[in-house]
Amino acid sequence: MVKLPYSKEIIRHFKNPKNLGRIKNPDAIGEAGNLVCGDTMRIYLKVKEKNGKRIISDVKGEVFGCVVALANTSLLTTMVKGKRLEDALKIKKEDLIRKLGGRSKIPPIKIHCSILALDALHEAIYNYYKNNKLPIPKSLEKEHERIKASIKIIERRHKEFLELERRL
Amino acid sequence: MKVYMDYAATTPTDPRVLRAMLPYFSKKFGNTMSLHYAGREAKDAVENAREIIANLINSKPNEVIFTSSATEANNFALKGIAFANKQKGKHIIVSSIEHACVLESAKWLKKQGFEVSYLKVDKFGLVDLNELEKMIRKDTILVSVMHANNEIGTIEPIEEIGKICKEKGVLFHTDAAQSFGKIEIDVKRMNVDLLTASSHKIYGPKGVGFIFIREGVEIEALLHGGGHEFGLRSSTLNVPGIVGLGEAARIAKKEMKKEGEKLKRLRERLEKNVLKIENSHLNGHPEKRLPNISNFWFDFIEGEALVMYLDMKGIAASTGSACSSQTLEPSHVLLAIGLKPHEAQGSLRLSIGRFTTKKEVDYVIEVLPEVVEKLRKISPFKGK
Repeated sequence: MVKLPYSKEIIRHFKNPKNLGRIKNPDAIGEAGNLVCGDTMRIYLKVKEKNGKRIISDVKGEVFGCVVALANTSLLTTMVKGKRLEDALKIKKEDLIRKLGGRSKIPPIKIHCSILALDALHEAIYNYYKNNKLPIPKSLEKEHERIKASIKIIERRHKEFLELERRL
Repeated sequence: MKVYMDYAATTPTDPRVLRAMLPYFSKKFGNTMSLHYAGREAKDAVENAREIIANLINSKPNEVIFTSSATEANNFALKGIAFANKQKGKHIIVSSIEHACVLESAKWLKKQGFEVSYLKVDKFGLVDLNELEKMIRKDTILVSVMHANNEIGTIEPIEEIGKICKEKGVLFHTDAAQSFGKIEIDVKRMNVDLLTASSHKIYGPKGVGFIFIREGVEIEALLHGGGHEFGLRSSTLNVPGIVGLGEAARIAKKEMKKEGEKLKRLRERLEKNVLKIENSHLNGHPEKRLPNISNFWFDFIEGEALVMYLDMKGIAASTGSACSSQTLEPSHVLLAIGLKPHEAQGSLRLSIGRFTTKKEVDYVIEVLPEVVEKLRKISPFKGK
């Protein structure tokens, strides 16, 4: 077999992506995009309350993007399923990169794609807190401002797609 | 099943070409500059190849200079002409959809004090002749427009461009890497002063190309040394490679017409069926196009993922998506014909060739809609 251009972890998730698609009645949705290449993704969350704990009972992701973008969405969803929201928030960029094979296995220009799903997840959790009038951690609030600004630019870039969608 | 649909990237060496080359590795290994029998044997083979190529493009043999690639030939054309003519002027015109080796050479010349203008193209990829006429100035020394585009296959009006350049007294270069051996080339009728091409796009080996330089055209050499190739390109000649290029050109001349018709039939079958996919589009000119290239784009999906899923099904294809490029920029050709970045993102080039079969085309027709559907299902766009 000829060597593939990505790590075996990335290829494994790309070949058999987990939790990709849409949840019909999600409790929250989060969106993020890569300003450079235009990759866009969306995370859907189902959250269950159990003994006062809020647990991610289901999670799905949608991706318009490359191999690495698909792989990290698949990976992240498997990591957070069944986790409490505050624990899901503890996952760091470096954790994702490590699980995708490490920085040495990801081309430098693809690092951004490899952590994009984390942005979308944080947005989804932010929206969940907001929808349910729960206190929002300061760091999450700050991140939300950053991601929101990028999404606006991405939306402008995909304006035609959004219009086409409406017509279909 | 393995289906190679990336002939525009490179082609396999034809077994007949390989057979012609083999004696020139160990048996007839001479240096063309040597006086003895071994050297003469090698020289004869090179001159034979030169004649075949001259014959295919309707030039004189001594107007054909062998190089290591089309990239080298294009660097030579631009830089060599620029430096030989800098007393006359410093203005160069190139089309905006040239191959990177032309664009990058032009960019480098800019750093050396030359001025470069970029000729726009329409939505099919055709250059605007009126714009060209207006663009040519007193100090313009060279116009470079490719014969056929490598991404979308559009064939440029070379004859008309050549006429304009001749009338205005400006040298005209065309990069024929994609068209040479596939469609007719006549340097006299087309009024080109320089033409460049490669061997590996026409079932010859990699590592060899050539440049046609019309007799009397002043050009500065890039490589200085022993004075090979009429003093224009020093380097011991790659004899097996040149023999391969010659044989590939001989076969191309003989089979071009029949092969072109076969490819057109296969391509039509491919395009008709691929375009049945909802929200799919064809790039490039509907008629003025090489017989072997189809460039599509599909809404809502990204090309790198598409190419990799096709690869997993055994299909080799390529994309102009930003995600697959080293710079995260979408294809400059697709942007030049007016595609939006997100549209270029979903582009797919399928290029067929001599060994493509109907069975292979049908396999792609079967697999491609499934893969597009799979990616659309997980795309955040196209929500139901």
